[in-house]
Amino acid sequence: MSGIRFEDVGHRFGDERVVDDVTLELTERRVGIVGANGSGKSTLARMINGLVTPTEGRVEVDGLDVARHGREVRRRVGFVFTDADTQIVMPTVREDVAFTLRRHRLDAADAAARVDATLDRFGLADLADRPAHRLSGGQKQLLALAAVLVGEPSIVVADEPTTLLDARNARRIAEHFETLDQQLVVVSHQLELLESFDRVVVMEAGRVVADDEPRPALDAYRALIG
Amino acid sequence: MIGVYHPGTSPVHRTPALAKLGVLAVLVTVVAVLPSLAALGAASVVVVALFGLARVPARIAWRQVAPILWILAFAVPVQWIFAGWEAAATMGVRLVLAVALAAVYTLTTPVSATLDAMQVLLRPFRRWIDPDRVGLALALAIRCVPLLAELVREVMEARRARGAEGSPTAFAVPVIVRALRTADHLGDALMARGIDD
Repeated sequence: MSGIRFEDVGHRFGDERVVDDVTLELTERRVGIVGANGSGKSTLARMINGLVTPTEGRVEVDGLDVARHGREVRRRVGFVFTDADTQIVMPTVREDVAFTLRRHRLDAADAAARVDATLDRFGLADLADRPAHRLSGGQKQLLALAAVLVGEPSIVVADEPTTLLDARNARRIAEHFETLDQQLVVVSHQLELLESFDRVVVMEAGRVVADDEPRPALDAYRALIG
Repeated sequence: MIGVYHPGTSPVHRTPALAKLGVLAVLVTVVAVLPSLAALGAASVVVVALFGLARVPARIAWRQVAPILWILAFAVPVQWIFAGWEAAATMGVRLVLAVALAAVYTLTTPVSATLDAMQVLLRPFRRWIDPDRVGLALALAIRCVPLLAELVREVMEARRARGAEGSPTAFAVPVIVRALRTADHLGDALMARGIDD
C-alpha cells in the first residue's frame, strides 16, 4: 500500500500530550499541515520518517511500520528542516549533496553525475565548491532540498521550510515544490504556500480539527485563529 | 585556523589525501624536532613554497595563520621570561609552521576526500573503531567551526543590544543553550538523512 498512514497515533512528552488520537491516510500528491505553535503538527511530520516514535498507535509509510523499519522508511522519506543551517553537514555545497549518497554505495562516477545533475536543477552548480555556510538563507534552503532529493526519495516532508526566508526565496522554494514528482507533505504557517495543494490538515492541541481541500481547510484554520 | 577547501588543480590538490596526510605528519614531526632557528628558517621556505605550489593566494594563506598569532602574543612573552628569547622564538616559529602545514592540507583537500582517507587508514582497526563514524566526526568538527562562530557573533550582538556587554553570564548561558540546541538539530538532520542506519 503506498502513502502515509497514521493509525490511532498519540504522543506524549512527559505529562504533555502533543499528539492525540490521530488517524489519517495521506495518499494525495501534495498535503499541507497547518496549526498554531504547539499544535503537534511538527511532531506529526517528524513521525513520518521516524525522527519521533509515537507513544501510541502506529505510523506506516508504503505499508512499512516506521518504528520497525526505520532504515527502509528513511530511504523513502526525505526530510527538510526549518533551519537549513543545521541540516547542512559538510563544509562545501557539492560535498553536502554528495554526503546523502554515501549510504547508497554508488560508484564514484554515478554519484558524481547525480550530484552534478541535482546541483544544476537547483541552480547551485556555480556555487558547488563554495563553503556552505557562506550561502544566503535562500541558497541554504535550496541546498537542503537538493541534498534530500539527490537520494531520490518517494516522499518529501518539509517542516516549515519557508519560515526563515524572505518572500522571494519562499516563492523559489514553492516553485521547486511544484516541480516535484514525489509525494510532498509540508508543515507551514504560510497559508498561500498550501493554497494549490491537494489536501490540507488542520491541527489544534494535538488533534486533527479539519481535513479537507485547501480552501475550506484554510478557512477553518483562519476561523480557529480568529 | 581550520581552512575551508580552496578549489584548484595544482599538483598539491591532485595528490591523494592519504599521501598528503602522511607528508603532513612527517613534516610536522620534523618541524617539532628541528633544533635551531636557522633550520626552522629553512623549513619556513619549504612551507611558503608549498603554498606557492598549491597556488593558494597569499591573502587566504595569511587568514589561516593569523589566528595563531593571538595565542603567540601571550605564549611567547611567557616563554621568553622563563626560558629565554631563543626558546620563545623557536616555539613561536614551530607553532606557526605547524598551523601553516595543516592549512596547506585543509585548503587543498575536500573533507569528503579526508573521509575516504580515514576509512582506508582505519580499515585494519574496523573491529574496534567504526571508520565512517570517525570520518563523520571529523567532518562535523570542521563544519561546526563556522556554525559556532556565527552563534557566538549573534549572542554578542544580542548582549550588546541589551547593554550587557560586561556580563559573562549573558554570554555563556545563551551560547551553551544554543550550542546544545544546534547539536540536537544536527543530530536530527543526520538521523533524517539515514546516517545512523
